[in-house]
Amino acid sequence: MSPSILLWPTAASRHADEVDLLIGTFGGLVALLTIPVFVLMTVFAIRYRTSREADREHPPSGRTWLEFSWAGIPFLLILGFFFWSTQLFFQIHRPPPGAMTINVVAKQWMWKFQHAQGAAEINELHVPAGRPVRLNMTSRDVIHSLFLPAFRIKQDLLPGRYTSLWFQAREPGIYAFRCAEFCGTDHSVMGGRLVVMRPADFAAWLEEEGAFGTSATLAELGGKLFREVGCSGCHGPASDVHAPNLAGLFGRPVGLSDGSTIVADEQYLHDSIMLPNKHIAAGYQPIMPTYGNVLEPEQVNALVAFIRAGAQAQEEEGP
Amino acid sequence: MTAAAVDTEREPEEIEGTSYLRAGYSLRSWLLTTDHKRIAILYLLSITFFFAIAAVAAALIRLDLITPEGDLLSNEGYNRAFSIHGIMMVWFFLIPSIPNTIGNFMIPLMIGARDLAFPRLNLLSWYIFIVAGIFALFVVVAGGVDTGWTFYTPLTTMYANGAVVATVLAVFISGFSTILTGLNFIVTIHKLRAPGMTWSRLPLFVWSHYAVSIIFVLATPVLAITLLLVAAERVFGIGVFDPSLGGDPLLFQHLFWFYSHPAVYIMVLPAMGVVSELITAGAHKKIFGYWFVAYASIAIAVIGFLVWGHHMFVSGQSVLASTAFSFLSIAVAVPSAIKVYNWTATLYKGDVALDAPLLYAMGFIGLFVAGGLTGLMLAMLAIDVHVHDTYFVVAHFHYIMVGGSVTAFFGALHYWWPKITGRLYNEVLGRISALLMIVGFNLTFFPQFMLGYEGMPRRYHVYPQEFQVLQVFSSAGAGMLAVAYLMPLTYLLWSLRSGARAPANPWGATGLEWTTSSPPPKHNFTEQPVVVRGPYDYPLAHPRSRQDA
Amino acid sequence: MPEQSRAEIQFHHIGRQREAERLGMLVFLASEIMLFGGVFLAALALRMLHPQEYVAAASHMKLWHGTANTAILLTSSLLVALAVEWTRGGRPKWAARCLWAAVALGLTFLGVKAHEYYLDYREGKLPGAANANFSTPFEQLFSNFYFSVTGLHALHVTAGIILLALAALRGEARHDRHAVFIGNVALYWHLVDVFWIFLYPTIYLAGAGE
Repeated sequence: MSPSILLWPTAASRHADEVDLLIGTFGGLVALLTIPVFVLMTVFAIRYRTSREADREHPPSGRTWLEFSWAGIPFLLILGFFFWSTQLFFQIHRPPPGAMTINVVAKQWMWKFQHAQGAAEINELHVPAGRPVRLNMTSRDVIHSLFLPAFRIKQDLLPGRYTSLWFQAREPGIYAFRCAEFCGTDHSVMGGRLVVMRPADFAAWLEEEGAFGTSATLAELGGKLFREVGCSGCHGPASDVHAPNLAGLFGRPVGLSDGSTIVADEQYLHDSIMLPNKHIAAGYQPIMPTYGNVLEPEQVNALVAFIRAGAQAQEEEGP
Repeated sequence: MTAAAVDTEREPEEIEGTSYLRAGYSLRSWLLTTDHKRIAILYLLSITFFFAIAAVAAALIRLDLITPEGDLLSNEGYNRAFSIHGIMMVWFFLIPSIPNTIGNFMIPLMIGARDLAFPRLNLLSWYIFIVAGIFALFVVVAGGVDTGWTFYTPLTTMYANGAVVATVLAVFISGFSTILTGLNFIVTIHKLRAPGMTWSRLPLFVWSHYAVSIIFVLATPVLAITLLLVAAERVFGIGVFDPSLGGDPLLFQHLFWFYSHPAVYIMVLPAMGVVSELITAGAHKKIFGYWFVAYASIAIAVIGFLVWGHHMFVSGQSVLASTAFSFLSIAVAVPSAIKVYNWTATLYKGDVALDAPLLYAMGFIGLFVAGGLTGLMLAMLAIDVHVHDTYFVVAHFHYIMVGGSVTAFFGALHYWWPKITGRLYNEVLGRISALLMIVGFNLTFFPQFMLGYEGMPRRYHVYPQEFQVLQVFSSAGAGMLAVAYLMPLTYLLWSLRSGARAPANPWGATGLEWTTSSPPPKHNFTEQPVVVRGPYDYPLAHPRSRQDA
Repeated sequence: MPEQSRAEIQFHHIGRQREAERLGMLVFLASEIMLFGGVFLAALALRMLHPQEYVAAASHMKLWHGTANTAILLTSSLLVALAVEWTRGGRPKWAARCLWAAVALGLTFLGVKAHEYYLDYREGKLPGAANANFSTPFEQLFSNFYFSVTGLHALHVTAGIILLALAALRGEARHDRHAVFIGNVALYWHLVDVFWIFLYPTIYLAGAGE
């Protein structure tokens, strides 16, 4: 096989095109700022080299206006790029409201993906084209980083914390993803394939996965777990224990015992299960046992999906 | 150097007799010396040794990367090779390189002092460095570590293999050596300047070492406490960085980069000081914009403390914090740009002698500009999200730290070699190796910018097929670079035996260090120098004026 | 000038050497401040991440031990300041007495600290001990942090005690009217004291209201 050379990576999303345009334009600015330095340095070194007669009368030893202009003008030019790139950065941190969520759990040296519909994959992720996908990610051990070169994005995955990343693939295709944060022995082989499918194919794929694997959705799995690990003993409707009711909790503000409030997002639910004393809801005793050593991140994801679905069910039933 | 060759014959023998090199020949007279010049030599020998270890590791890395499957090393072996390379280069070569060798030797000479303020502390600092070095050597002999030089938690604290604690301790101990050196420099520059050596007459080399000493003293202790916490976490599991106890792995990154970003300026500020000297001596002309260059060093040191978060744009740091750090990172580029433009302007209407030191200095400027501007790209949030932790970053910091600092170190070595050893080296070989270094460097690291943008993550032992061609280019360049580093080693050593005797001022340069003999006497000056002129006060830039001076 | 002979070779004048030593000490202290700065930053981060648990864990601290030690260190700092004044005022005997008293107080501080550690051990709050028991993971983290930080501070106190004793033993107050060594040791001791004054609210007072 003859070695091939890659000169520019493929761009698989609008964001990738925008980043390419940004770096291309910035490259122009770099040329604008450096070529004068290289040219002048060469010209001066030749014209004023020691063996050569040249006009060396009245050499300047400083010009304040010159100092301020060569400090100020590049700074202002680059400031323009700062606004441009920060704008793009904000975009990749604001997933559109309709994005589908996929849970990602990384561990040494493997990627696990959990679809809301119940399909689970390892080192391969199937997504539909033309639809925003939000990855809700965490790590089981060290810090990893999910890098999608064709989309010009990456995000670290931290143990005990959720981070997220979203993208919208333009068209079907197969793209590489890699781990970018050094994570130990097999870091360099911790990669996989992102398979972007036509929406109809994706729906069929989900169906098929469901038929072979577990047929339950992630939320249904979470519901099963909710009873199995004993959550329902306190949080269930029939319980005598004074514990918060979790129906309709997701996305709502929660009053805490120290007077502050916090929005019940994925991170809050995760912490309440794994580190229950971190935030204590107002009006309740800190009696919840910690599940930090009991549950795997994948199971927490299922529980969070269950609580989240419960919230949606409530809203649908309500007025 | 060519113009000065005429002077070589008239070196007075009696001054030669009092040279610091002849103040004693026993091992004891070296190992228990408090002479800053001898301590500088001790440092030079030790860092050359560590540089060699790091270079062997680099050679293994580059050889291994010739094939995508990485046939030479195992995954673990590769990880250990780049960890050793990074740790040795950063803490045992680059950080002490210019300050502890050239700085240690030249600062007292440049300000007209007989020694540093605390000579015994200076020796202690070398011994601490050696103790740290022994720990580091133990790590190498024991098979290395796979933490990377960044020691990220929880990888380092819970999962990494090898002699992790010894590595952390080695770096921790070397920090004390750094702090003591910084303290010594600050006090020396404040209190030991010769009569008439006002702040506005200080050579820019001294200014940049003043700036770097501030970083030494204020940033290194933060690394010390951080590494202490890492070691305690590894051994006792104290949990400050461990999420399962409620600790925060990002706290480690904040603390680490609070030191390690200024550490980049530790490596580059002394190099900038060197270049200011080399450019003015090469152009035989006063520096353009003295105060701007001097204050730019201080500005870099100060603003450098406020930009650490730009290493964490994809770490999960808040969007607002990232925006602020992005802005501040642009601001820190301004003083660097000022320096580059001023150096270029200094050549204008100069009397330019294209000797090896000037070639190295011009190489520094070119490579530093490339490294600095790609650094600005990395400060741009949207670009960084793509190229963070890829070869783009690797190429960027090698342009700064190797293309910049190491090139300047070699330039400094050539420029002050006659002063330090009293011998002249072969100028033609010097020029060839300078050019070879610049070409070899670009061949090694320019392809890595492309690799990074194409999506090749750093620290990858096995990589996709499509990156192979550029990797092979890079490895070929590394071979050329190795020759460019070995050449000076041979002809500089050869000059010790067979080089012509150096006159006091072979370059026709200004500066107090050139007013004393080469090599200088034990107490630097036979009589206390009194300074009456500003720095770089070259006579009218004209070929003939050099002989007059 | 008789003092000229004491100046080391690189100094032109003994006065310059005194200034250099003072400046060196100040720079060193700046370095120490950054070291402890890292500790306080870590404490701040832990408290911001776990505001309620931090307070709950801090409420187990022995408030009276901490308070007594604050008083002890403040008094010792006063004595050291007096020692400097008396050295400069030409009363070396009183200066030496103050130094020894400060040494005694420093040792008392360490004694109180050791007693506190012992009580912690008895209550099962010493991480790694056989009887260790913590109600939450964070309480264990807090306890680890507390032992590391106070341990680091105790090391600094020990170094300070050695320096103070050295100043007293060498009769610095008699030899040096300018109080160069004593003055620098005093600066160090004050800083060790200041660190404690910040540690006290960070560790002890944080949970005092519970």
